[in-house]
Amino acid sequence: MSDPILSIRDLTVEIPTRHGILRPVDSVSYDIAAGEILGVVGESGAGKSMAGNAVIGLLNPPAHIAQGEIRLKGQRIDQLTGNAMRRLRGKEIGMVFQDPLTSLNPLLQIGDQLTETMLAHLDISRDEAQKRAIAALEEVGIPGAADRVDSYPHEFSGGMRQRVVIALALCAEPSLIIADEPTTALDVSVQAQIIALLKRLCRDRGTAVMLITHDMGVIAETADRVAVMYAGKLAELGPVRDVLTEPRHPYTKGLMGSTPLASKGKARLHQIPGAMPQLDALPDGCAFHPRCPRAEGKCRANPAPTLAAHDNRAACWFPLDPKGGA
Amino acid sequence: MALVSVDRLTRVFDVSKPWLNRVVERRKKAFLTAVSDVSFEIEERRVYALVGESGSGKSTIGKMLVGLLNPSSGSVKIRDVDLARESDAKKIDDVRRDIQMIFQDPYASLNPRWRVRDIIVEPVAARGGDTEGMAERLLEQVGLSARDAGKFPHEFSGGQRQRICIARALASEPKLIVCDEPTSALDVSVQAQVLNLMSDLKDEFGLTYLFISHDLTVVQHMADTIGVLYLGRLVEEATPQELFDDPKHPYTQMLLDAAPQLDGFGREVTPPTGEIPDPINPPPGCAYHPRCPLAAPVCSRERPEMRPLRGARVACHMAE
Amino acid sequence: MVDTSPPQALKTEERSTFRVAMDSDFVYRFKNSPVAIVATAVVMLMVLCAVFAPLIAPHNPFDPSSLNLMNGFSAPMTPNAFTGDTFWLGTDDQGRDVFSTILYGMRISLFVGAAAVLFAMVLGVTLGLIAGYVGGWTETIIMRIADVQLTFPAILVAMLIFGVAKGITPVEYRDQMAIWVLIIAIGLSDWVQFARVVRGATLVEKNKEYVQAARLIGRGSGAIMLRHILPNVLSPVLVIATISLALAIIAEATLSFLGVGAPPTQPSLGTLIRIGQGFLFSGEWWILLFPAVTLLVLALSVNLLGDWLRDALNPRLR
Repeated sequence: MSDPILSIRDLTVEIPTRHGILRPVDSVSYDIAAGEILGVVGESGAGKSMAGNAVIGLLNPPAHIAQGEIRLKGQRIDQLTGNAMRRLRGKEIGMVFQDPLTSLNPLLQIGDQLTETMLAHLDISRDEAQKRAIAALEEVGIPGAADRVDSYPHEFSGGMRQRVVIALALCAEPSLIIADEPTTALDVSVQAQIIALLKRLCRDRGTAVMLITHDMGVIAETADRVAVMYAGKLAELGPVRDVLTEPRHPYTKGLMGSTPLASKGKARLHQIPGAMPQLDALPDGCAFHPRCPRAEGKCRANPAPTLAAHDNRAACWFPLDPKGGA
Repeated sequence: MALVSVDRLTRVFDVSKPWLNRVVERRKKAFLTAVSDVSFEIEERRVYALVGESGSGKSTIGKMLVGLLNPSSGSVKIRDVDLARESDAKKIDDVRRDIQMIFQDPYASLNPRWRVRDIIVEPVAARGGDTEGMAERLLEQVGLSARDAGKFPHEFSGGQRQRICIARALASEPKLIVCDEPTSALDVSVQAQVLNLMSDLKDEFGLTYLFISHDLTVVQHMADTIGVLYLGRLVEEATPQELFDDPKHPYTQMLLDAAPQLDGFGREVTPPTGEIPDPINPPPGCAYHPRCPLAAPVCSRERPEMRPLRGARVACHMAE
Repeated sequence: MVDTSPPQALKTEERSTFRVAMDSDFVYRFKNSPVAIVATAVVMLMVLCAVFAPLIAPHNPFDPSSLNLMNGFSAPMTPNAFTGDTFWLGTDDQGRDVFSTILYGMRISLFVGAAAVLFAMVLGVTLGLIAGYVGGWTETIIMRIADVQLTFPAILVAMLIFGVAKGITPVEYRDQMAIWVLIIAIGLSDWVQFARVVRGATLVEKNKEYVQAARLIGRGSGAIMLRHILPNVLSPVLVIATISLALAIIAEATLSFLGVGAPPTQPSLGTLIRIGQGFLFSGEWWILLFPAVTLLVLALSVNLLGDWLRDALNPRLR
């Protein structure tokens, strides 16, 4: 593999509270290569968004990076502060959030928002930026882009707004896009449009993408590799086809099984008993063991093994055998 | 006889600006037709599912069914009683007792200041019934513990709260439960638990569900009959088997194509074109015609009626 | 229901409301805020002093038989030239112990303030709930009245009501009625903010699904407003009530200072300040200073408590 765009090693985020220190992200390592889409899946509270926020330096205090390092194109970025981080965020990392309104300034015309972003990060003239803004809007499929650059965010529908956000995220030609549940608030038909758009743009430009979502279907259709998170830890990491069709971690298997899609024609859905533990009440040993059908003494006594970034393996003492199915 | 029969149900909302703004800005009153001419029936002990995207009117239909909203025209009859027109208070109360609802947001549907016990028995307590031990019994039935009765809602997770909502819905021993997106706020593994619980309870208590959802996969799993809504109109009605194997309305076909699939690795979807039109000014004729690949001139003139087609009902001029 | 396994067993048994409250984040934040603790302590101390004034005060300043005119104008902590009596905070022109008058004055001030806020709260919360829940014309009428009232300064509204009330009460009852008129005047000038906040919160709550669930089973509007919505809109009311208490105490002092409030026979802190300012330039500064400082400390403590409450109960600042 060529040098990755984003490389996270042993990342740990801690939140000190009066009940003790919580670790919403615990020793997570993964890479994203140029042009690659890494899907990060997990249930709510698994730490998938928190890991993304750590990368862009948007952790809400008192949450902070306690350990590990984050490198963007080889340069360490987890220790950057204030202005340096802000510059980097605009130039090298684009962001697409669930609610497009949080990324757009409601008082500025979208054309101005695009040109301002480009002028701040690219060495081009105002006229050039103007032209590129229109081109960017055309590229994300906004009809009549030349006329609509003067519109305000509220004049667009939800799907169109998310397109504008994508145009905004891509206009400074970043090397990494972090998309946090970009289609969760959208209808199925619009979701398909946005996913297709994101895929096409990133492939054309060789942008690395961290796609954070809870939707296994979206991951299957979009991602190249997938990282499954559970209770702050990486449970499984690998190529999307391998992980989804031959999961090695019992949690991934359970998660796949409990989607109604996977239980076509069955009277009952497969279910994992219980619920993901709260961060302040993590069980000893492997966090998944109380819900795990394969748990043994070792799982109760020892934390699950930590995954290294390139491992195509599960963080489990007794992983499922992909060949035999176990 | 069907337990629920919905006949030409229509609901119009007045979305005009305040009077003063209308006068100053010289605007007319604006009306939004959320539900337009929808008819269907639900047999006893069946699950009827309504699917549609946002603005399709599915929740509005649910609210009219349980009597939270009155229809603008058309009727909802439950055991032959029309809640909006019936004058006999005794009959209304009898029917009301038979209907319950489970809501989407488990964080908003439980009063945060009440103990779980009081929340669960409220449907019975409100009618002065005997509630001794009832909350504890119901909690165990939905997979929680009797000890949970004395706690407050904030001590529970989303999935557990939804179980409490189900327990409350069961308290008055209803026949029909309207489930408005009951699992869309839940994680997949918790969703599976709640859906299984709902199936079990249905068999155990002989319940009838109206299941409202935007998620085709959930609907496919739960429903006996599926009604697909688009812009407040019913466009297709079929069994899950029929609908997924042989979708007849072009909108249903588009929905099925667009939905992400678990084995769709690297699938290149041709994304659907266009967006849902503004419901204040819906297109004339068939509401789907501006986005429809099959559209013919007749589609923009005449609104298609529901007609039977190969074991399903479909509202489309062109479907064959 | 074989494999519908119950969610994880929960750790705790049913806890009493008191235990739940003591374990809450609210109590935790209180324990970690020196300002809140000091402000609460000061307010509590002053309330206790006011309540037990007859037991604490060295004299009853309004019992003529206990007064000695010879003690007039004693300076603080200095023996009186004629009688040799010493008074902590000095005496006024009629020989009344300033410390005692302050204790009794605080009694009146706190009582009027608290009663006025209670009155404003009941009125405002009721009207706000009805406006928010019922909507339509009822809401328009209530909120327009509130808007109109907001265009006048509260103190003017209070003076107007006070003047009207004074005009219609017979002379012989005027002094007795003055306190109650004061309460109603201040309360009526203060209900608007309660109504506005409660209406806003009600609009949010009434669209929540638990209210729909209650409507569904046929609960009436009254029961829904009282049992479901009211408990959920009370936190902002508590904040406003505390801040209003400080304002009401000051409003009462202002009215009394202007001579339209508490009568000299039942002086409040404001009345004392009015009496005291007459002696400031003749050198008897203590008659003015001590009641003024008391009023300042009281209003400041209540206000700080209110500010802290607002922060502690505001979910967005957590």
